[in-house]
Amino acid sequence: MPGTDTQESIALLPRASTLAERVDAQFFTLLWVDALMVVVLFGLIIGFAVYYRRGTLRNRVSNAPQTRVEITWSTALLLIFLSIFAWSAHLYVEASSPPKNALEIHGIGKQWMWKFEHRGGQREINELHVPLGVPVKVILATQDVIHSFFVPAFRMKQDVVPGRLRVAWFTPSRVGRYHLFCAEYCGLDHSRMRGHVVVMERNDYEAWLAGFTGTESLAAQGEKLFSQYGCIGCHGPGSKVLAPGLGGIFGKSVPLAGGSIAVVDENYLRDSILAPEQQVVAGYQPIMPSFAGRIDEADLMRLIAYIKSLSAPQGAP
Amino acid sequence: MTTVPITLPKNYLNQDYTLWSWLTTIDHKRIAWLYLVSITFFFFLGGAAATVMRLELATAPGDVVESETYNRLFSLHGIAMVWFFLVPSIPATLGNFLLPLMIGARDMAFPRLNLLSWYLYAIAGVFALTMVIAGGVDTGWTFYTPYSSLFANGQVVLAVVGIIVAGFSSILTGLNFIVTVHKMRAPGLTWMRLPLFVWAQYATAIIMVLATPVLAITLLMIALERILGIGIFDPKMGGDPVLFQHLFWFYSHPAVYIMILPGMGVVSEIITCFARKHIFGYDGMAFALLAIALIGFLVWGHHMFVAGQSVYASVVFSLLSFIVAVPSGIKVFNWAATLYKGSVSFETPMLYALGFVGLFTIGGLTGVTVASTAVDVHVHDTYFVIAHFHYIMVGGMVMAYFGGLHFWWPKMTGRMYPDVWGRIAAITIFIGFNLTFFPQFILGYLGMPRRYHTYPDEFELLNALSSAGASILAAGYLLPLAYLLYSLRWGPMAGPNPWDARGLEWTTPSPPPEHNFDRIPIVTQKPYAYDVPKRDSDPA
Repeated sequence: MPGTDTQESIALLPRASTLAERVDAQFFTLLWVDALMVVVLFGLIIGFAVYYRRGTLRNRVSNAPQTRVEITWSTALLLIFLSIFAWSAHLYVEASSPPKNALEIHGIGKQWMWKFEHRGGQREINELHVPLGVPVKVILATQDVIHSFFVPAFRMKQDVVPGRLRVAWFTPSRVGRYHLFCAEYCGLDHSRMRGHVVVMERNDYEAWLAGFTGTESLAAQGEKLFSQYGCIGCHGPGSKVLAPGLGGIFGKSVPLAGGSIAVVDENYLRDSILAPEQQVVAGYQPIMPSFAGRIDEADLMRLIAYIKSLSAPQGAP
Repeated sequence: MTTVPITLPKNYLNQDYTLWSWLTTIDHKRIAWLYLVSITFFFFLGGAAATVMRLELATAPGDVVESETYNRLFSLHGIAMVWFFLVPSIPATLGNFLLPLMIGARDMAFPRLNLLSWYLYAIAGVFALTMVIAGGVDTGWTFYTPYSSLFANGQVVLAVVGIIVAGFSSILTGLNFIVTVHKMRAPGLTWMRLPLFVWAQYATAIIMVLATPVLAITLLMIALERILGIGIFDPKMGGDPVLFQHLFWFYSHPAVYIMILPGMGVVSEIITCFARKHIFGYDGMAFALLAIALIGFLVWGHHMFVAGQSVYASVVFSLLSFIVAVPSGIKVFNWAATLYKGSVSFETPMLYALGFVGLFTIGGLTGVTVASTAVDVHVHDTYFVIAHFHYIMVGGMVMAYFGGLHFWWPKMTGRMYPDVWGRIAAITIFIGFNLTFFPQFILGYLGMPRRYHTYPDEFELLNALSSAGASILAAGYLLPLAYLLYSLRWGPMAGPNPWDARGLEWTTPSPPPEHNFDRIPIVTQKPYAYDVPKRDSDPA
């Protein structure tokens, strides 16, 4: 139940996402299995060592059926391990892709801070406000080295690698303020690249978003950049140059010049801006110049938000 | 028991006392000593770095050293301990000393190559020390790109060149071991009569020869990237930082087995000797060593469950990681079963060996936890992982190394150390180790990331406990240094076989003569023939 974690008093670490309960169930089951095996093995080792210590009168004639014993425990071990594997892999695969209707927030890691921008253009640094009970998809980029977005209370971690967008997603299940850490060593102030994720009731979250004044939505900012970088000259409506139109393409599959098919997602758009010659849509000439080095992660994020908005149901975010 | 000789006959130690004779020796036993002295230096260097780190982490704010210093300390700790202590530890010292003795040979297959291995190690050590004196590196021992290739401003090139040279040293050692085991075995010493220590060295040697070249080329690419900007790992030039992680762990995960298989070999020798029993499941034990060495090549991706590799790749790597845990489990069961119906005594080497089995078991079981994909997402890059691999590397390998050193010390030096002090040290290390690293499992579950110079206040209590434990551990490590050095001069003569152990190395005098055996032995039975005759008047 969101917000009413009765386990709080016995849990060492708050369970603040829907995933946290399930990961903890596995973690603590494994812990008990480990504890049982340690007790049995240590018991046998200490027991044998003491009982058969030198100088004691014991029957030392052994006629253990050695091969059968070995086959039995090897098979048992393999079966135990395979069941743990299957249980864990099942959760991992299930948790690997966010639901379609997730709330999208953009994030950028840089030495040594986290910057977030909500869809309405509300920006924050080292703080991330999210609503309770709603799947949240944080689209992450890094401006320099590898960082890792880690929220222990959500049992969730995602490395952010330069050159790719990565998605971290979670459904907060408990109101509160939780640690956000950078978990991948990133240089001098790695240990100070910390912040907080603040989970709020949905109404509070809406009120918090509305509290920002003078913000402009990410897509609107992206639209300005679309002209500023000259994208509109070829990709705009009524353009004379033969370039693929961008309306309604997000989420669709497009045929590429090489004969393969690409799904238009955030990474495809990003790659097409920075390395346009690599994945040319079939039927078009590779004439687009690369924007690598001329456009930073923050502007990329806005441009992508704008192009996505062209595929939104009402045509606007 | 044997009689104690009044004057020592000529042996490998008293042939010649000059420094020159040591630096030009091609005797595998003397080369083992060259390594022993050098790796001891790096063990205490890496340990000193860890001591300052634990001092810093005793409190939450950064109040002992600057962040930059802290980052350089943990990098130094990792580099010194992995490449200059753990990788060469048992193979280059005990392995070098014992391999020819255990197979009834007069030396390694390539004695000069053996000396070259040590010189390469020494040159690598000079690079590493120059790197430290010139300011060190702050990349961690893992050198992840693009931090190491484009952003770090330390002596990265010096460090990687040092490691590459050290890598060639272990490739040559591995090559020497493989050829020696294949070609130099005494008459009658068939493969299934080899002591498990030899099997362990052989399996380790295979990994050294096959995996280390990948490390060399990977680190070379880092150096080229820094000097020439070739862009292999730079996304701006079409490179991929994650490619580095694949290449690095393709070596470094098998390298974990370089750092544990030799320990398993040592422990098998010790447990059989002090239980007076043939090892339980010899064939399974030998097979398990090879299985770990081979499957170990296919699990590297379990270091990258959150790095963005394909979900299905992660699942396959997870499956293979569970499978590689099975032979390790079999080994633990077999050690336990070897004690059954034995005649067990608890001299210093046995205490270390039992400590190894316990700590390795905990390290292995928590390894299963981190192999579980969904759970690993949470504990990856936290102190849980730190605790896990220290239980394997320190609780496992260092315990085994100390156990082996105490077991064969009388063979190597001809003298006994005070066993009481040995037991005190073994117990101190065991307790200190658990106090240091057990709290780190809890810290990791609570979410404390690794490589943090400062941390939130709620982690302070567990960190303080860990630091307190580390002081006990440090004292434990200094004890053997003291009484082993003492024994060199004042220890009583050990005689050829003080433990009444089986194995060819115990059939020569202690210390052995330069040529090991006056007459090449002929082997007629399996190893560990402890059942007859009994050492004391145990009723059977």
